[in-house]
Amino acid sequence: MNHTHADNERRELLEQIRAIEFMTIDLNLYLNTHPNDRRALNEYNYYTRQLQALRKEYEMRYGPLTNFGYSLSQYPWAWINEPWPWEEDHYMEGC
Amino acid sequence: MWVYEKKLQYPVRIKNPNPKMAKYIITQYGGPDGELAASLRYLSQRYHMPIPEAKGVLNDIGTEELAHFEIVGAMVYQLMKGACPEEIKMADMGTYYADHDNAVYPSTGTGVPFTAAYIQSKGDPIADLHEDLAAEQKARATYENLIKLADDPDVIDPLRFLREREIVHFQRFGEVLQKVREYMESKKYF
Ligand SMILES: [Fe+2]
Repeated sequence: MNHTHADNERRELLEQIRAIEFMTIDLNLYLNTHPNDRRALNEYNYYTRQLQALRKEYEMRYGPLTNFGYSLSQYPWAWINEPWPWEEDHYMEGC
Repeated sequence: MWVYEKKLQYPVRIKNPNPKMAKYIITQYGGPDGELAASLRYLSQRYHMPIPEAKGVLNDIGTEELAHFEIVGAMVYQLMKGACPEEIKMADMGTYYADHDNAVYPSTGTGVPFTAAYIQSKGDPIADLHEDLAAEQKARATYENLIKLADDPDVIDPLRFLREREIVHFQRFGEVLQKVREYMESKKYF
């Protein structure tokens, strides 16, 4: 199955978000048991700022990543747009 | 409360259906050492943690496990989605198919439905944290077994990611246990 160019760009941006978010998750867990580690905290804030910028860029181009008042929606209501995460890059046809 | 983020923590892109592999992997969805059990365990135990570090770790690892629950669900979904009844029969997945078609249902590979009997919430932080350390090791061991059973890189890749996370969680729980011990020592609480 071929993905369109726009679709590939979307996936690439999502991949970047995933990588940066992974850093924030891992640092968050670490900081929970090392709350006075200033270096880790600075890193956490550094990646969080990057993540916020990337999320904003993604949402402006491809629609909301979060619901319940965390992101704005264009008309019509874009939250329900496919693909959902479990359908991402999903190639098979049903039997 | 929780807010949903419309992406997987780690991508799942399985090109070839494989009901046999789905049968093996589904235990990490609804089985004894699976992600649902992990999440419910930590999110239930967090209420009785005595220090902020412990509340934070249980809250956040419990939340990350929900993201893992979703990754495993996506794997089972994609492994089952394109499979024909004939293939499902060949994979010895017919009993599952009879009850659930190609759907994703929290159970073990042999069809035992998910139960909260897999977890404990003891109200004793030391006892609970020991359970959590063991749970992370059991989940790691399960992922290692699954990696040995798999031959498709599309399947092995997310399993490796999940295995790595169990090791990090084990590390954090160990640190929390130490801090809770010190706290209790300081309170002269035995
Ligand atoms: Fe875990």
